[in-house]
Amino acid sequence: MYPTKYHKAASIDDAVKALGAGEEAMILGGGQTLIATMKQHLAAPSDLVDVRSIEGMVGVSLDGDMLVIGGATTHAEVASSKEVQKHTPALARLAGGIGDPAVRHAGTIGGSVANNDPAADYPAALLALGATVVTNQREIGADDFFDGLFTTALDEGEIITAVKFPKVEAAAYAKFAQPASLFALVGVFVAKTADGVRVTVTGAGDEGVFRSEALEVALTADWSEASAKGADVSADGLMSDIHGAAAYRANLIKVMAARAVLAS
Amino acid sequence: MTKVNMTVNGKAVSRNVSGETLLSEFLREDLRLTGTHIGCDTSQCGACVVHINGKAVKACTTLAAATDGADVTTIEGLANGELHPMQAAFKEHHGLQCGFCTPGMIMSGVDMVNRYKAEGRELTAEAVRHELEGNICRCTGYHNIVKAVQDAATKM
Amino acid sequence: MANGATGIGARVKRKEDKRFITGKGKYTDDVRMENQAYAAFVRSPHAHANIKSIDKSAALAMEGVVDVLDGHQLTGDGIGNIICGWAVTSKDGSPMNMGAWSALATQKVRYVGDAVAVVIADTQQLARLAAEAVEVEYEELPAVVKADKSLAKGAPEIHENAPGNLIYDWEIGDEAKADAGLAAAKHITEMEITNNRLSPNPMEPRSAVATYDEAEEHYTLYTTSQNPHVARLVLSAFYNVAPEHKLRVIAPDVGGGFGAKIYIYPEEITCLWASMKTNRSVKWTADRSEAFITDAHGRDHISTAKMGFDENGKITGFKVDTIANLGAYMSLFSSSVPTYLYATLLSGQYDIQNLHANVRAVYTNTVPVDAYRGAGRPEACYLIERMMETAARELGMKPAELRAKNFIREFPHETPVIMTYDSGDFDANLAQAEEAADVAGFPARKAEAAKRGKLRGLGYSCYIEACGIAPSAAVGGLGAGVGLWESAEVRVNPVGTIEILTGSHSHGQGHETTFAQIVAERFDLPIDNVSIVHGDTDKVQFGMGTYGSRSGAVGMSAIVKAMDKVEAKVRKIAAHQLEASEDDIVIEGGEVKVAGTDKALGWHEIGLAAYTAHNLPPEMEPGLKESAFYDPSNFTFPAGTYICEVEVDPETGRTEVVQFTASDDFGTIINPMIVEGQVHGGLAQGIGQAMMEQVIYDDDGQLITGSYMDYTMPRAADLPFYSVHHASTTCPGNPLGMKGCGEAGAIGSPPAVINAITDAIGNNNLSMPATPQNVWNALQAVTASQAAE
Repeated sequence: MYPTKYHKAASIDDAVKALGAGEEAMILGGGQTLIATMKQHLAAPSDLVDVRSIEGMVGVSLDGDMLVIGGATTHAEVASSKEVQKHTPALARLAGGIGDPAVRHAGTIGGSVANNDPAADYPAALLALGATVVTNQREIGADDFFDGLFTTALDEGEIITAVKFPKVEAAAYAKFAQPASLFALVGVFVAKTADGVRVTVTGAGDEGVFRSEALEVALTADWSEASAKGADVSADGLMSDIHGAAAYRANLIKVMAARAVLAS
Repeated sequence: MTKVNMTVNGKAVSRNVSGETLLSEFLREDLRLTGTHIGCDTSQCGACVVHINGKAVKACTTLAAATDGADVTTIEGLANGELHPMQAAFKEHHGLQCGFCTPGMIMSGVDMVNRYKAEGRELTAEAVRHELEGNICRCTGYHNIVKAVQDAATKM
Repeated sequence: MANGATGIGARVKRKEDKRFITGKGKYTDDVRMENQAYAAFVRSPHAHANIKSIDKSAALAMEGVVDVLDGHQLTGDGIGNIICGWAVTSKDGSPMNMGAWSALATQKVRYVGDAVAVVIADTQQLARLAAEAVEVEYEELPAVVKADKSLAKGAPEIHENAPGNLIYDWEIGDEAKADAGLAAAKHITEMEITNNRLSPNPMEPRSAVATYDEAEEHYTLYTTSQNPHVARLVLSAFYNVAPEHKLRVIAPDVGGGFGAKIYIYPEEITCLWASMKTNRSVKWTADRSEAFITDAHGRDHISTAKMGFDENGKITGFKVDTIANLGAYMSLFSSSVPTYLYATLLSGQYDIQNLHANVRAVYTNTVPVDAYRGAGRPEACYLIERMMETAARELGMKPAELRAKNFIREFPHETPVIMTYDSGDFDANLAQAEEAADVAGFPARKAEAAKRGKLRGLGYSCYIEACGIAPSAAVGGLGAGVGLWESAEVRVNPVGTIEILTGSHSHGQGHETTFAQIVAERFDLPIDNVSIVHGDTDKVQFGMGTYGSRSGAVGMSAIVKAMDKVEAKVRKIAAHQLEASEDDIVIEGGEVKVAGTDKALGWHEIGLAAYTAHNLPPEMEPGLKESAFYDPSNFTFPAGTYICEVEVDPETGRTEVVQFTASDDFGTIINPMIVEGQVHGGLAQGIGQAMMEQVIYDDDGQLITGSYMDYTMPRAADLPFYSVHHASTTCPGNPLGMKGCGEAGAIGSPPAVINAITDAIGNNNLSMPATPQNVWNALQAVTASQAAE
């Protein structure tokens, strides 16, 4: 790896200061993507600002009906949280299926969301559930947050302190893993929310996570497996790689949507 | 350089490390605990799994500096005079051949048994296989590893 | 002899395990020398390019960089080109076209990863950063990565002395007879079959630590090798690194090999040379990404095959045409893999009188290809067994029935492709496998799966393979540059404990246990009194190493021969001291006795007597240490039947191996626990090849599957518990009757898996790996053809 300076931030102010001082400073969460990227010499931050020790960054709580997950809460903590399991069991199950056990012990929700990897699981959940990303500066709705491959609405120096999830009527996530990496080749999150049915797809889109209009229309009309399988999901705009051509991914989107509906 | 203080295998350790030093490098090169192995560079093979504060993590994807204050256990620190039941089970069931992935397998095995016991869940063969998705073995075909972990679960 | 607890056939727990389960194994990367520096290689990012210039100045200016060395310096110091050690002659009599391969390229790079320079620096981090600072100017050339495209007119030429990229055009068998057999056939099955390119992926990446002792002009190399003596020989005799007596090669604990650690690679050569140039110990350890672009790949064949049958299902003729991709350079044994290790096994378990195979080996702009677990035999087995299963479907016969109709049942049996099978009972393995797999119950299981929306399929593979390549004179006649014997030394110490020095090398096979078992049994001693020494050219006299499932049949036979000599001497000493006839001496229970009397000496007393030499028979030399070289009279022929049962999810193409049954004939088994472990591992790699693994290059020669993010390694959740059985015949060719077990699983399993999947989906047109996407596509083709009907 390229040389870098490590800072353990004790507070948000501390973190913001360190981020501003470094030439190419980056926020460090669980590091499960960032460190791997640095090892490949694909990232070379001058400074790493570790936000995991900041008070209030870790943990799950309820604010009325709203589930609030601290930005540095690990996937394992989310998966095993009684609050999460009760509020949105699909979210607990999703977190319990990210990476592998050792990755789940380290990786954080904030890190995953901020990175917006096109094959990550969390973005599908946030977008489908209509979650809100809370930063040290503002609150950003999921609809406005994800902005294409590895891109989000976050500004420099902006730190995800929490993610808030409203309670929904029904929700489930089904993932078909890319065989080598075990990232999502296709992951589909279905939710019946106050704003209607929302269906999001990760792993498949050329531009990262997206809402599937075809599936939302089909499942709004009829929340059933058959309806999902019969939806007119286009291969346009889907990724093609050695693990899945666009047509195969389009098929998986329908199949995973159907399985998610079945599990909801 | 960052000063780190941590407990490794029950002993207090204090060193200066650069920001980019990985925990795996720190263990292998600074502490010469070479039982933690490096089998890939994309955090998938799990040969480097150690426990930080009792939880399995990949030492190759953890910064040494970030481990300040932590309690780290490596394969060398697992046995307490006698072999840990997981180590003994790997021998008993021929759960290793070349031995390279073995430290990570054993550390992951201990971690999963601890979690399943704490949650009161049954560790079925299917569960063991699923829990091992972050550990790759090229020699054994996993058959005997799964048997070893299940057997150790009854003895831990 | 009675030693049931630890003798031949006992499931002895491994003696070597303790150090591995406690983290105390000593692998090459665990070695740290005084004054150690680190090497990092500057590698070509292009598949094919001329090197215009190398600018080292920026790297040399970095603090802590010791030196930056290039190929001109290397060749200038007389370091020789890397060789292929097996000369294969084309059918027109011309020698193979071997292109020059320098450890560091000087004029031209021929694959992504080809090394052009090396940085030696104080730390690994610094060496890698400095390697990025070395500026190499390239003139890019067009590249070719596929074997068939490489032979096409107008393809870029990779080596000057290999026109049309052809290395050799070789044949075996009688073409006229094969043609006549096909012409007489009632039915012909014809298939195009590819064998996917794989990366061996031992979990321990390759590593080397080289040290030059200036005062002694002596080199020491710690390295991840399956055959340290061969490494020393080649480094000395061909690469001119140092004469053999000035070069010690140590292969300590080695974390798996699977063929990838047989060869002597540019990195080890360079580290040795660089240690002399810089007068520092030089360490290099690959990371996984580097392993994918430097470890020799395996397989990569494209074949067309025709098999003719008469009205009774008997094979009338078999003809195969294969193109083998050997990559950018000829690796150490690369030439032998698609010829003498492949085409010679194309008769399978069947009595085929008319057989011909033609093999063309070609260069491409890819990583060199060489032996990977099975080496040639998996390619042969896959081809034959897919042909047989497909033919059975076409002929409307049960797959087992068609095979049994053609089984060889008399031994020795000479095939038309120069093999003499010495033993086997193919019916017994087939019957055992069918029973264990409950083939009779399959229709009910298929119906039950259908209710769950799953497609269930059953596939067979009746494999035969050849291990312990031999005898040396014969393989020499076929072009091998080395002998393929093995050596052993049995050292009885004055206190009676025994050290076995073997030229075999254990990198997971459990030699420290199984080798000790045969010694403990022979001399009826506690197994803990026996230790195995291997992997160090300063300790062991010589040896050919471990590959090709040879350590049992060849390595252990050498130990037996050395033990014969020890026993003879022990009898002489005992007979002399106990005043008895040598014929009356028995060795049991830790004693050497005179049969039928109470006269006995402790085993340790014999050892002491041999070394004190106070009372030895006249003319006898003191000491009790014997060595032997064993050169087998023939290959050995492990064989068996594998039956795979799968369930395919038609919606996703995802396939689950729900049952895998193996019945193997390995001859004598020393330790069933270890043998089963070898089968498990082989099956996992074979299932991996069949369903998951594939090295993929894009058309420009860039490696797409360059890490575990894209190259699928079989994981625990991808695999079943295996049902492993044995029905053995004794090998007549060696003293213990062993055949070998290390590769069978990887050889026999891929066709069983693909035959099962094609059975499930009703489409024979499926190539490895049967990834979910590939299976789904094959299913769509079935649906489309049904719609068209």
